[in-house]
Amino acid sequence: MSSTKYILGLFDDPDEMMHGIDKLQKNSIPIYDVYTPMPIHGIEAKLGIKDSRLGYAAFMFGCLGGTTILSLVYYFLGYDWPMNIGGKIHFALPDYIPVTFEWSVLFASFGMAFTFFYSTHLFPGRAPRVMDLRATNDRFVIAIDAKGNTPHEDITNLLKEAGAVEIKHNDRKYVSYE
Amino acid sequence: METHNSFNEQFEFSGKAKTYSLIAIAVGVLAIALGFLTGAVERTFANLLLMGYYFTCVCIAGVFFCALQYAAQAGWSASLLRVPQAFAKVLPYAAVILILIIGAGLYFTHPILTEETHQHITGPYLYKEWASKAVTTPGTDAYDAIIKGKSGYLNIPFFFARLAFYLIAYSILGLLLVKYSNNEDELGGMFNYKKSFNLACAFLVVFGFTVPLFAFDAIMSLDAHWFSTMFGWYNFAALWVSGLSVITLVLIYLRKQGYFAWITENHLHNMGQLIFGFSIFWTYLWFAQFLLIYYANIPEEAAYFYKRWEPEFQPWFWFNLVMNFVAPFLILMARDSKRSVGVLKTACIILVLGHWLDYFMMVMPGTVGPQSHWYTEIGWIEAGVFIGFAGLFTFLVLGALSKFKSLVPKNHPFLQESLHHHI
Repeated sequence: MSSTKYILGLFDDPDEMMHGIDKLQKNSIPIYDVYTPMPIHGIEAKLGIKDSRLGYAAFMFGCLGGTTILSLVYYFLGYDWPMNIGGKIHFALPDYIPVTFEWSVLFASFGMAFTFFYSTHLFPGRAPRVMDLRATNDRFVIAIDAKGNTPHEDITNLLKEAGAVEIKHNDRKYVSYE
Repeated sequence: METHNSFNEQFEFSGKAKTYSLIAIAVGVLAIALGFLTGAVERTFANLLLMGYYFTCVCIAGVFFCALQYAAQAGWSASLLRVPQAFAKVLPYAAVILILIIGAGLYFTHPILTEETHQHITGPYLYKEWASKAVTTPGTDAYDAIIKGKSGYLNIPFFFARLAFYLIAYSILGLLLVKYSNNEDELGGMFNYKKSFNLACAFLVVFGFTVPLFAFDAIMSLDAHWFSTMFGWYNFAALWVSGLSVITLVLIYLRKQGYFAWITENHLHNMGQLIFGFSIFWTYLWFAQFLLIYYANIPEEAAYFYKRWEPEFQPWFWFNLVMNFVAPFLILMARDSKRSVGVLKTACIILVLGHWLDYFMMVMPGTVGPQSHWYTEIGWIEAGVFIGFAGLFTFLVLGALSKFKSLVPKNHPFLQESLHHHI
């Protein structure tokens, strides 16, 4: 049994890569993922990738931030240590809108950044998950899970026909790990 | 309904849209006539000013949209530029109507009670706080030193000169942009695009410096004792959000009629993003103006909001925030809702009505003042005048659109980018 874990088709042209995706899909070969150095229009729809839910996370974090500061301000200035400011009621809501806005934005942006780090397995100091190092440079990479996708020669030939400049049979999933 | 894909297709203005817009104009004329005949003259004038201003602002937003796209060298919008261009073509009519309304409102007089000195004098129907002679003549009982101090700026000849300057400048620059675009259709090449770019930059400079003054003159001077430096940009935000909403509504309507088949949910998504973002910008300015006055609580500043917190106005004051902030914020936040025609249309209709209410809150408390109840604040005069102007706008814009030889600027250098726009 072959020790190949992933088959990578490296393209130097995005159009040829898109053509390669069509070809693989026509032959019912499931694509694990595609890595490109720049965003490519329409690729999500082609690969059937679901819309990111990052926006919902941002919204929830924003709500959390707004609620947190408004509760804190209510506790400080409405309950624990009420102060008379300009003769207004102790919890004069309009005064606390700017700070609520700021905390909502702060929580939303930090929360969104950390959610993004978490979902993409990125974190400072952690080796990133990269299947081919040139995918961040000048290669458009289609990755195919080798397990169960046989025969490997046929896949190799399909990628070659589609215009792949290089085909790799990797034993390891991520080349970035030492 | 059939699908038109040819760029040489012309818009044909007929059928239901024409009938209904003419009926709406008739309703408006009837409401205005009845308003004058039943004695609610000042209220009718205030409504005319409100809608004349709103109408003009939406047309100016069309010019601003075109200019912004040219100055930013934006590609995505190239295939929908004919719609804001049609607004630009209607702007001269809107400007004439607004000047006529203001002229009539200043010409016709009635007995009024002055705000500062509480004297019964004869004053005009619009801008009564500063536009009557008695207020600025020293020695009379109605003399108002504050208004006299402002009369170097707020006097009728200079007022008209300024209004005419803004409106003529916006109209001419807008029409030139349309003309260059039409020439581009005929000749092709980059020549007209480059000219449009330069003109758009010039327009944005003129517009940026004068649009706050336009708002100060046309609306803020109704409450002539009060002033707010935020007011100009606050009005600009209202102009831009309502303009974007109307552009989107027109696009959705035209698409439903089978025109503009190349406008996809990606273009609508962009419009939705702009509407969403600038609704928040509007809220920011609305709130910044409110908060500073609320916090400082200086009587001469707070007087403005005191009037708007009369029990007859207060529900509308808060409802204004619901319509123009809460509704677009929650409805348009998600990506899917900006890409859904039905949801976007609903949000746009809410915003068009919401910014009417916004202008209503700027105009009414300082002109006619409170009615008997909060629910009688908005009655048949308000509804009738709104419907009339909405009909007039539809009639003129669709008429202007039908005169374009092609519904797309076919030699626009970014046209292909727009046709393949994808986000």
